[in-house]
This record gives sequence, structure tokens and C-alpha cells, in this order.
Amino acid sequence: MKAMKEKRPDPDQLLKVVSKELKQEGRGRLKIFFGAYAGVGKTYAMLQAGRQQFEQGVNVTVGIVETHDREETKRLLEGFSQLPLRSIASQGRVIQDFDLDAALSSGANLVLVDELPHANPVGSRHAKRWGDVEELLAAGIDVYTTLNVQHLESVADIASGIIGTHVRETVPDRVFDDAVEVVLLDLPPDDLLARLDAGKVYVPVAIEHARQNFFRKGNLISLREIALRRVADRVDADVTSYRVSKSIETVWPTRERLMVCVSAAKTQERLIAEGIRLAQRLQAECLVVHVQEPSDSDDASRESVRFLAQQAEERKAEFINVPGDDVAEALLECARTRNVTKLVLGHGTRPWNPPWRRKLFERITRANPELGILLVAVKPPPRKKRYLGRATRPDFHWGSLALATGACALTTLVALWLVRYFDPPNLVALFLLNVVVISLRLGRIAAIWAALLSVASFDFFFIPPLLSFAMSDTQYLFTFALILVIAWVTSAVGSRLRADARIALAGERRAAAVARVARDLSGADKSEQIVAICRETIAPLFEAKVALILPDSTDRLLPSKEGEFADLSVAQWAYDHGQRAGLGTSILSAAEALYLPLKAPIRCRGVLAIQPQNRTSLDSPDDKRLLEACGSSIALALERIHFAQVAQETLVRMEGERMRNSLLSAVSHDLRTPLTAIRGLAETLEQATDLPRNEQTEVASAIRHQAEELQQLVTNLLDLARMQSAGVRLDKQWHPLDEIVGSALSRLGPALSKREVRTELPSDLPLLEVDASLFERVLINLLDNALKYTPPDAKMLIGAKAVGRSMYCFVEDNGPGLPPGDPEQFFKPFVRGQKESAISGVGLGLALCRSIIAAHGGTIRAEAAKPAGTRFEIRVPLGSPPGIEEEDAA
Amino acid sequence: MSKPQILIVEDEADIRRFVRIALEKEGMTTAEAKSVEEARIDSATRRPELIIVDLGLPDGDGKAFIRELRTWSNIPVVVLSAREREEEKVEALDAGADDYLTKPFGVPELLARVRAQLRRAALLNPNQPASPVIRFGNVRVDMATHEVTKADEVVHLTPIEFRLLAALVRGHGKVLTHRQLLLEVWGPSYVYRPHYLRVYMANLRQKLEDEPARPKHIITELQVGYRLACLSDGP
Repeated sequence: MKAMKEKRPDPDQLLKVVSKELKQEGRGRLKIFFGAYAGVGKTYAMLQAGRQQFEQGVNVTVGIVETHDREETKRLLEGFSQLPLRSIASQGRVIQDFDLDAALSSGANLVLVDELPHANPVGSRHAKRWGDVEELLAAGIDVYTTLNVQHLESVADIASGIIGTHVRETVPDRVFDDAVEVVLLDLPPDDLLARLDAGKVYVPVAIEHARQNFFRKGNLISLREIALRRVADRVDADVTSYRVSKSIETVWPTRERLMVCVSAAKTQERLIAEGIRLAQRLQAECLVVHVQEPSDSDDASRESVRFLAQQAEERKAEFINVPGDDVAEALLECARTRNVTKLVLGHGTRPWNPPWRRKLFERITRANPELGILLVAVKPPPRKKRYLGRATRPDFHWGSLALATGACALTTLVALWLVRYFDPPNLVALFLLNVVVISLRLGRIAAIWAALLSVASFDFFFIPPLLSFAMSDTQYLFTFALILVIAWVTSAVGSRLRADARIALAGERRAAAVARVARDLSGADKSEQIVAICRETIAPLFEAKVALILPDSTDRLLPSKEGEFADLSVAQWAYDHGQRAGLGTSILSAAEALYLPLKAPIRCRGVLAIQPQNRTSLDSPDDKRLLEACGSSIALALERIHFAQVAQETLVRMEGERMRNSLLSAVSHDLRTPLTAIRGLAETLEQATDLPRNEQTEVASAIRHQAEELQQLVTNLLDLARMQSAGVRLDKQWHPLDEIVGSALSRLGPALSKREVRTELPSDLPLLEVDASLFERVLINLLDNALKYTPPDAKMLIGAKAVGRSMYCFVEDNGPGLPPGDPEQFFKPFVRGQKESAISGVGLGLALCRSIIAAHGGTIRAEAAKPAGTRFEIRVPLGSPPGIEEEDAA
Repeated sequence: MSKPQILIVEDEADIRRFVRIALEKEGMTTAEAKSVEEARIDSATRRPELIIVDLGLPDGDGKAFIRELRTWSNIPVVVLSAREREEEKVEALDAGADDYLTKPFGVPELLARVRAQLRRAALLNPNQPASPVIRFGNVRVDMATHEVTKADEVVHLTPIEFRLLAALVRGHGKVLTHRQLLLEVWGPSYVYRPHYLRVYMANLRQKLEDEPARPKHIITELQVGYRLACLSDGP
């Protein structure tokens, strides 16, 4: 039993393996030809492998290959189909580069793309070539590519140190790790140097330069070692994944979570890279945290934080910016809430650290000894000039100095008046008060200035010898020092209070904004309302143009009025790939706007396009998170609306189903009755040849009557079906009502001929915009009802009058009136006044009338007529009839 | 006068049967065609006085047949069609049909239409000069002097009203479509303003009918057009 339990693989791990396999299904396969340095023959090996595939009948095409003028390579390239290169004008030059779209549409199964880390020219869809390759893979196209070890992201820093130049073009390790196959091309350094000398690597001119820089033997040995180790790691990972899928291993470590703590300096990127590499080794999740101190509010810090956030996100680590004025406390709090098990801290040796300032890691270990701490040696961030001398301090104004000066002058005047009653030492308190007030209100610089002024003024006016800066009593030195210290301390407290207030205010504003957006969205039940919320609530929040771009049923995004500024092709890309694109991202970053896919739990619901007024204003991590929050609220709201619609449609369908069922049973009864009669009567005629002549006529006319009933029923059924079919279009035209009434009366002609029917249609009735044949059907049904349910001597009246903006049209009889009960029930399908009556008709008539009148935007109701009988009243809106040119006088 | 010959173009045998029996009982002779092809041959060889055409035929469109027929003959054509296809009726009338019947139709209705068309054709006989005075009910119209009286009282018509009445008179017994009337009375730029026609028609009914809401002569064919019925000739 125990053994069984131990053998059970960790579901998370298994899921990871499965998802990796799933991901590769339908995806293209990536094969990387990997080397420690240039000249080992990667491109050559790639072309050879491509040729092999080509000879096996695979559709191979060359995307881009850098031959570096090597003859062997050039020869190998012959006979391959090569994609044309794309010409891009960049910074005044025309650059030829790999054409992604051509590769996507070429129909090739395998594309050879040299130099994976290559940086694409500005304006390309992806910043780096590996982005292009990923898109090819996603489209199901296999790719062969080449890569040198120093371009691997996790290695780049170390490699930079070895080579002595900074490696800028890097490839994320996940691309390397996710490749289906990595072929290591190894060449011992001595052999390479021999190849170099033989001119097989570079054209002869460049050889000497290369030898002195990159191709030093020491470099080569180190790089080779790294490359071998990295490939060994990958093999190791393959073994692990094999073990997981075959559940060979029995024990798995619990999940670790690593938190990399950075300060606001671009050099901290190294710390992030190191932390993420460690996390990968530990198979741990990785967070990157920066504590936003009050002193970090200047532009340079913000820019650094933005840069670090981007670096972290590019490496798929979460970046958090926590506001707080005590770094250690904020980090501990964050670690606690996120269940972090290890902290990664940068450890720089500062030239001088005051003995009372305990180092950060010391404070953290003291507060939480359980937390593992990893110190990584990094160059310390430049010490912030925290205190004096910075003109850009947020609470410094020249005006505050002037104010402080004025206040000191005023204090001196008051003191000069008070000195008649008090001893000068008592007046020190007055100056102190002044300094304290200034330090609390006007900031530290003004406080120090006020302290100096106060000391000077006190010395000058109140300390003997008066009116000189000389001092007779050294006791006052102590007083002066005290004033300065108090000014210093109180201003420190004051500026911290103000900073706290500022941070709190910013947080508060953001929280309020998110709450407002969420509240507005929760009330929205139509996508138009969400569009309005984007325009009215979210746009002002980011000082940007905001548009919601929604897809149609075939997943194509539709242009909208608000979205005029948006580039639909970029939006479509973001929608299709579920990734941000455009401004501030690595994809199509030249776009004017940022395109945020609205990812809801079930699927992507659309794209939010945001075009800020200035290009950098969306860069801060806070804004990004705020945007993310708004985006997911919108996505959720869209999804909610979608499912509400689905539910509504289902309800309607169910109701329709119910209606159809009762219709079928009712119709089958009402259809069978006349059919039975017709068939029976016809057979009577057929067989009873000896029937007297007058009886024959009677039978025949009964057949005719039943057929007419059947016709009426079928007409009503067809009209009802037409009214209820989706997207019914009324053929509305302007008609005089008397024409329709006349047509209805003549259609009922023979049946009505024995009845007294009056019309009351004023000759000045306005035209009515209706579908004439449907409106006629309403009148026919109402008249037919009156015919069926009133005795032969009952009179009928059709009339109309225009009142206000409506036309009232009524059909009245003076028959027995409505049966008891709510008259509304007769408008429901299959309800009849008299149950089980011999009179046919499914009670469809009035239901049809109601749906026709409703389609015209009107109402129909039944009521008792005065003094007796039934009255049906139709109200339809009048609209504004078209004009008619006056005819010239006759 | 010899027995008029009627050509029945209909693919449904039972409908052909009762139409034939009804017509023969009225003293007419009939010929039957089951398709457009047969109709084309019979109309040319038999020279019928009237053709009844079902619009839905197995081998082609009844409307096309009418259009073709109109290139060489102006014998009356009555169209049979289902109710749901108002546009089809209008198209057939515009193609040159004179009247239509909506399925299902009754025998008396059919006979009335056929008789009216035959009478109309006889009146239009070029051998007999057209009379300038037309009567229907108690209305008298003098086409020459434009004088219109109703129960011997002069009715004042505007020029358009008279032109409209004259158009109806010229096509009496025939269903005139909205398009045909608009073209004839107002001209081509008014073809898409059927409400003009409806308003003037309502005025005519007010002036000439005893009970405008239940007209006896100026009959509305809803969604299709108008017809002037029950014309009685003579001074």
C-alpha cells in the first residue's frame, strides 16, 4: 500500500509534462544547432540536416542564412528554395531581414532560420528573431536554427564577463528548453583556432582582429565549458521529464517560491537574471519585488523600475511594486502574503555604511529566521542623494525659501516687541516654534534655512552685544545647535508624513478607480454599456483614448466608431495570440497604441486598445497593473453578458419549444377535424350515387365550407410562423387605412354579405405606416371572430380615429360579449372563449393579431363594448407620414 | 359568336380538371398544357382567346412565358399564384398579365375573372370604335370633355385625379400595378413613391364611391395594385 502511494507521481509535475507534450501537438518542432562559439559549423550542420530532409521529400525553404562569405556554406545553399528578404528602412538605411509573413505563407513544412538571437530592425513585429521563430512554430511549421551559448539569457551575463563585451542579443532559456532537439556542435578550441587560421571562419582581413578579441584560447575554453554544461542540464531535464511521465521517481520536493528583491537601478537586471536562473534550478516559482520608497518618486527611479519590470516579465516572472517606506518590513510583508520560501537579495559592498544602519538581510533574518536568504553579489546601486542639494526634490520650491524668510522676519519683529516684557532666552522658544512650523509645512530645505536665519537673527538682535553677530556668552552656542537639530528632526518627520500621505493618496486613487470601474461594469448588461464605461471611466483614468474592440462570430475583430485610432491588424494579433501587443510591449512596439487582450476564464472576449496622450505614460508598473485589473474586469463583464445572452436565448428556445408542442397538438386536432369532414363528405358523394340532387348540393357546399375553414387556419399558421421566424422583416409602407379595411371586407365578402357591417373612417385620417397584408390579416381575424362568435343578427362596426401620436382602430360587435375572465387570455395561442366548441380555429387568430401589432410597435386589447358586445381596440403609433407635393389648382 | 377557346397552363392535374369542367360548363372550349414548352406550342398553334397560367411550372417560369407571349399577342392572360408571393404577382402583371387569382380560389371567382377578361378583349376589338363615354354604377365619365358626374351631379376632379381615373378606365377589368399607374400618371421619377398613388386613389374613392371603405368599382388589390370593375358600356 505504502509502495503504491510512493509511486504516485505529483499531479502538478505530470501536468507540466503533459502540457508540454500537448503544446507540441500541432506545433512546429524546433531544432537548435548549438555551439559554444562561432566557427564550429552550426550553419553548415543546419544546412546539411535541411538538405537531408529535403531529399526525403520534405518541403524545405531557407528563411535566412548568414554565409559570412564561407565558400563551403555557400555551396551547400545551392539548390534550396530561398525566401526573398524583406527590406526595411531603418534610421536612414535599408536593412534586409528575414520575412516572417513570407515564411508563414510559403507553405513550407520546414524553414531554416539562422542566428536565433538576432535583433530585428525597429518596426518589425517581434523585437528579436526568436519571436518570429515562435510564431512559425505556433503556425505548425518546423524550424531549424542556430544559437551560440553566450546568447542564452541565463548565460549572457557570465559570458559578457568572459568575453569582455556586453551581450545584448539574448534568447530566453525557455526557447532553448522547449526545443524538441538540441544538436551540440563541439570543436576543441585548438581545432577552432586552426580553422580560423585556415580562413574557414572569417575572411582573412578579419582574422587578426577576431583572434585578439573573441577568439582568445581562454575565452574559448570557458565558453565551451558553459555550453557543454548547459546541454548537460537540458539532458538532465529530459531525464526528469521522462521520469515524471513514467513515474519512476517516488519523492518530490514541495514547491519552493523565490522572491527576488530589487532596488530602483538598471544594474539590478543582473539580480533578476540570477534569481530566475536559481528558481529554474530549484524548480521554484519566481517573483520580483521592488519596494517603492518615497524617495523613489523621481523620473530616473521610475524609469529603472519600469525597465526591471519589463525584464522580469520578459522572463515570465511576476513583477510586484510594493509601496512602503521601510524596505525590510515591506519585503517581509510581501513574502508572508505570497508564501515565499526564499529571498534573493543583492549584496553590494558599500564604501561606507553607518554602524547604526543594520544591513537589510540582517534585519530580515532577525525578523523571520525561517526565511531562506540568498545573497547575490551585484554592483550596488548608486547611493541615492537622499537629503540636501537636490533641486528636483518634490517638496522643494524657491517659493518655500522666500516664505521661510518672511516668517523669520515676522518672528523677529514679534520678538523685538516681546523683548520689552521677556528675557531673550525665553524668546528662543518663539524662534523654535517658527522653525518647527516651517519644517512641518515647507520641507527640510526651508527648515534648515529658517533655522539658520533664526539663529542669525536671534544672535544679531537679542544677544549682547546687540546688533552684531558676535556672541558674549558661549551658552548660546548650545541653543543654536539645539534649534538646528530640532529643525532637522521635525522636517524629517514632516517630509515622511507628507510622503506617506502621497503614497496613500495615490493608492487610494487607484483603488477608488478600480472600484468605480468594477462597480460600473457590474451594472452593465449590454456590451454597448461596457463601451461607454471604457470611454467615460477608464479613458480619463489613464489620460488616454480607449476603445473596446469586439470580435464577430467568426473571431474577426470589428471596427468601431471609438476604435478609429486603433490598428485592427495589431489588435487581431493580440486577440489571436492572447498576448499584449503594440506600444510598450516587445511585439509590434512601433504601434501608437497598446492592445490588451481581454482574457476571461473561458476565452478571450476582445481587445482593449489604449492610446495614451504621451507614449511613456503607460509604462509604470502601477499603471500596468491598474490596466490589467481594468482589463480583467471588462473581460469578466463581457463574458457575463455573453452567458446572460446565452441563458436568455435558451429560455426563449425552451419557451418556443413549449409553444411548438402545444401548437402541434392543437393544430393536429384542428386540422384533422375539417380534413375528416371533407374526406367523409367526398366519399359520401362518391358512393351514394342515388342521393337526391338537393342533398348532393348540400354535401358539396359542406365540403367547400370545411375547405374554407382549413384555408383560414393554414393562412393563420403560415403568418404566425412567418412572424415568429427570426429576423422577420415587415414590408412597411404608408397606406390609407380605408384601403386596408376595404380589402379585408372584400376578402371576407361572401361570409359577410348577410351581416350588417358599418365603417366609421373619417375622410381626413392620416396615412399609416404598416405592412398592409399583415394588418389586413389582423382585421380579417377580428371580423372572422365576430362572425363566428356572434348570432347572425348581431351588427359589426369598424372604425378608427387619430388621437395625439397614435391611431386607434376598433372592431366592435353587439353580440353576447366576452366570456368571463381576463380578456388578456384570449391573446395567448390556443385559448378559445368556448372550450370544445364545434367552431374551428385553434385560437391562433388573436395571438397572431397581437404579434403582428406588437411588431408594428402597437398594442391590442379586448374589452366589453357599450351597451353590449365586444370591442377590440388596436393602437398603433402614427409616425410622420411623408409629404405630398400640392397639386396645382385645376 | 363561336365558343371561346381557353388554354389552361397548369401542371397539377386536379386543378386542370376542375378548371376545365367549370369553363366547359360555361360553354367554352379548353385546351390543356402541362409545361411552358407545351404552352408555347399551344398558344401559337391553337390561337386561344384567353390563357390561364400557373406561375410555378416544372420546366420554367410562367412570367417568362408571358413576356414572350406579349411580344406577338395581346390576348388576355390570367395568372394563378400562391398568396405568399405578392412580388411574384406584381412581376407577372408587369410582364403583361391582365389579372391574377390567388390559390386556393373558388370556381365562381375564376369564372367571373375569365368572363371579365373576355368581355374586355371584345370591347378593345379594333373594329369597334371606342366610346368616349364610360359608365360604372351611377358614375359617368366623358373621356372627351373630361366631365365626370355621379348620380347626375358634377364631380370636380383635379387634373391628376382625372388622369388616374382615365388610366383606370383605359385598363378597366385589368389589374394595374402600382408601378404601371405611377409611370402612366406621374412619370418615371415617382415609381418609388406608392403613397402618392394611394392618397389620390383614396380621394377618387371618396368622390366616386357610395361607401369608400367598401368600394364596388375602384377595387384595391392590396400590395399589388388597383382595378376598375363592373364597367358598363354605352352612353
